[in-house]
Amino acid sequence: MKPNEFDVIIIGGGITGAGTQRDCAMRGLRTLLIERSDIATGATGRNHGLLHSGARYAVNDSESAEECIRENMILRRIAAHCIDETDGLFITLPEDDLGYQQTFVDACRKAGISAEIIDPDLARRLEPSVNPSLIGAVKVPDGSVDPFRLCAANMLDAKLRGGQVRLQTEVTGFIKEGDTVVGVHTRSRLTGEEADYYAPVTVNACGIWGQHMAEMAGVKVNMFPAKGALLIFAHRVNNVVINRCRKPSNADILVPGDTVCIIGTTSTRIPFEECDNVAVTPDEVDLLITEGAKLAPSLSETRILRAYAGVRPLVSADDDPSGRNISRGIVCLDHEVRDGLKGFITITGGKLMTYRLMAEIATDLVCKKLGVDKACETAETPLPGSEEKSYEAVAQKIWEAPTTAQKAAASRMGTRAARIRTGNKRDDALICECEEVSVGEINAAIDRLEVSTLTDLRRRTRVGMGTCQGEFCACRAAGLLAKAHGCVERERRDLEDFLQERWKGNFPIGWGDTLREAEYTQWVYKHVLGL
Amino acid sequence: MKLQEFTSSKHNFEECMKCTVCTAYCPVLQANPLYPGPKQAGPDGERLRLKDPYFFNKALKYCLNCKRCEVACPSGVAVADLIQAARIRYDHTPPKLRDRMLASTDFMGSLARPFAPLVNFGTGLGISKTLLDATLKIDHRRSFPKYSGRSFEGWLKRHRKEQAAFPEQVAYYHGCYVNYNYPQLGKDLVKVLNALGIGVQLLEKEKCCGIALITNGMSATAKKHADHNVAQLRQAVMDKGLKVVTTSSTCTLTLRDEYPNLLGVDNADVRESILMATRLICEKLEQGAQLKFKADYHKKIAYHVPCHLERLGWGVFSERLLRGIPGVEFYLLDSACCGISGTYGFKKENYETSQAIGEALFSQIRALSPDVVACDCETCKWQIEMSTGFQVMNPISILAEALE
Repeated sequence: MKPNEFDVIIIGGGITGAGTQRDCAMRGLRTLLIERSDIATGATGRNHGLLHSGARYAVNDSESAEECIRENMILRRIAAHCIDETDGLFITLPEDDLGYQQTFVDACRKAGISAEIIDPDLARRLEPSVNPSLIGAVKVPDGSVDPFRLCAANMLDAKLRGGQVRLQTEVTGFIKEGDTVVGVHTRSRLTGEEADYYAPVTVNACGIWGQHMAEMAGVKVNMFPAKGALLIFAHRVNNVVINRCRKPSNADILVPGDTVCIIGTTSTRIPFEECDNVAVTPDEVDLLITEGAKLAPSLSETRILRAYAGVRPLVSADDDPSGRNISRGIVCLDHEVRDGLKGFITITGGKLMTYRLMAEIATDLVCKKLGVDKACETAETPLPGSEEKSYEAVAQKIWEAPTTAQKAAASRMGTRAARIRTGNKRDDALICECEEVSVGEINAAIDRLEVSTLTDLRRRTRVGMGTCQGEFCACRAAGLLAKAHGCVERERRDLEDFLQERWKGNFPIGWGDTLREAEYTQWVYKHVLGL
Repeated sequence: MKLQEFTSSKHNFEECMKCTVCTAYCPVLQANPLYPGPKQAGPDGERLRLKDPYFFNKALKYCLNCKRCEVACPSGVAVADLIQAARIRYDHTPPKLRDRMLASTDFMGSLARPFAPLVNFGTGLGISKTLLDATLKIDHRRSFPKYSGRSFEGWLKRHRKEQAAFPEQVAYYHGCYVNYNYPQLGKDLVKVLNALGIGVQLLEKEKCCGIALITNGMSATAKKHADHNVAQLRQAVMDKGLKVVTTSSTCTLTLRDEYPNLLGVDNADVRESILMATRLICEKLEQGAQLKFKADYHKKIAYHVPCHLERLGWGVFSERLLRGIPGVEFYLLDSACCGISGTYGFKKENYETSQAIGEALFSQIRALSPDVVACDCETCKWQIEMSTGFQVMNPISILAEALE
């Protein structure tokens, strides 16, 4: 077999693509993942990071609810270092119908989700930031999940099992033999270099962009882009997920994620052409703050770090061109059966929560096509880094008396934190002071996790995700990247792009301390560093 | 499900712009690399601690609580409060016997006072210092302040009648040092205030302000002191309409700011009535009161503004008073921490750091070679006297000495 020949090519480096690559690799296939930008740049990295219990869907979509709670329990086992088992509350406010609570609890229980009605007073003690005027509360096994970490861990595991990854690589066309897709033409976005890769099966895991990819292959998949906007607050206001116990609506979930918390979301249909460049509007910001403060009143006084928006990859379940039958469920299309195009599969729809199941379904189909008979093991095998249950246990095993930065590294990398070079001044120096990311941790990411830009580095280490939004860490991290890539000029441009990207998220909420900080950042980079 | 006791911060850590000026001004960081520095320990660390108390770093104990970070901060972030509050919240290491002894200034004072000559003789002996060093880890190079055989409270009670005769009255929060170690400072204050036509009375029963309890991990006891003292202050301020003056900058900062900010004790109704005596005297002189000074008074004075007075922004009052004494050659020392920070420098593990921090101040004093160093803080006084050999006097005592 030639080096450019594989068993399966997966297009799309979101969680679905990465998960599918891992599953395929675990079943012994030679895999190649192609992503036009970086991992987790689409819907994967642009959501709440909510580890759904499924409760949100219980009343209206019991199938999704059942999928969620099953996957929720699986992810706790296999992705411990990506998950924070916070639990969640569904609160009823005075303006909500308390009668809905029983309907909700019954539906949860039917779906297999433990839902316990608790006294509002207990809810106030469990989560002191909750709106104190609540009149009802239900406790469910929600949590939070770091989608970047989860995606990187899947990709890393596939790599450790021999999989290959081409990031910043665009698929420019399909290579067909008759009615069969046998490979792809690609072009590197970094070097412009073109390359062809061959495999008997290609999986389209491009999320919302899957429509375009399918079109290129000569088949039609109708996606229905729905934008969702979210706000990140500068610290964790809550430590328990807070939801509204009512029919799902706008801005009714507040999720604590790592050092921040996130309120969302909205839902607006947008034209397909806007998917590449979604912006958050002032109306959305207003709505998120107003509704968010109903969940946790202190949000109205908390510094907002960023606004961002993602596009849900909603898809018509059957081939209904009207779009009336939109599902949030998993859609796996065998284009051989559906369109007579062999060697091409589309896996789409679904949610971050159900990525593993999506990967399993897609991989089952890949294996069927290849005649491989090996069972899926992704529900039992922990991801690299997740071999220990808690970061306390990880840190204690590696270091006698862990420093704050070492504890933080353990919380981000899980057991792989053992690979960080540490114990000397140079490696222990902090690059990111807000999130406590050391030189050693940055270098570990550069070494193993396919980093080409500062933004890539941010997704893998949280560098630049803290309060200062890159003010101090960006130039330091750029120094390490310049060294790793051996090019100062490229890194200078990267630094500019990174700061521009940070500003993009600050702009919609650019007031108060966030604006002061952004002005200060500009002053440092423009007037002190001459950028 | 974990009960979330600590999901909110009372302090304004989000106003931090990460400019790192606090870190540049931190005296500890320059002397002790184990300390993470005020920005790291304060606003940065707070975000991680709010995520999980597990991220609390015990190295926060190296903070002097000198508050120089707060003076430096252009965003008005209560950096030192953040650090001390985190220690109170998250560090549940029980205080050592040594720390309990060092922190219980009024208890130790009341024990030692009746046997003052014996205690002073004992603590001054080389063998005792060696023993204290070996058993309690109190550094042998330190000298304990001497105890006075007679308390200031006793003295003022004996002069109650003549003090009551003055038309204007203030209450004096003297603190442990004046009461047990150096009643002369209290007497000096009485002399100066009397010269302005003001009589001095005690609070009904004051307790130690509790700063040493806070920094030594005994905040629960400190809160009891605070509750007691605020009740006493209320009696003086609200019932009797008195101002309360002090001669110790740290006691003042504690009564005014540490009570509400660290111990959660509301003092809003009395806070503005608690003043350093120097401020009250300045106000009186501005209003036209006169002090008569000796004609032949001459002294070269180097004034050190203690950190906590700098935090209050009140060094200017002492400076104005000292400059106003005819015959005084006045030098303002460059702002620098002396390194003792109350009980901090007495601990064996902090001795080197303490002396390294103070060196910037000591070298200025040596170069100036003044007749006396002026300073409004008793622990700075011990540190400077021990480290430079120059005598240190409270500005109030210098005023009293210069009065006719």
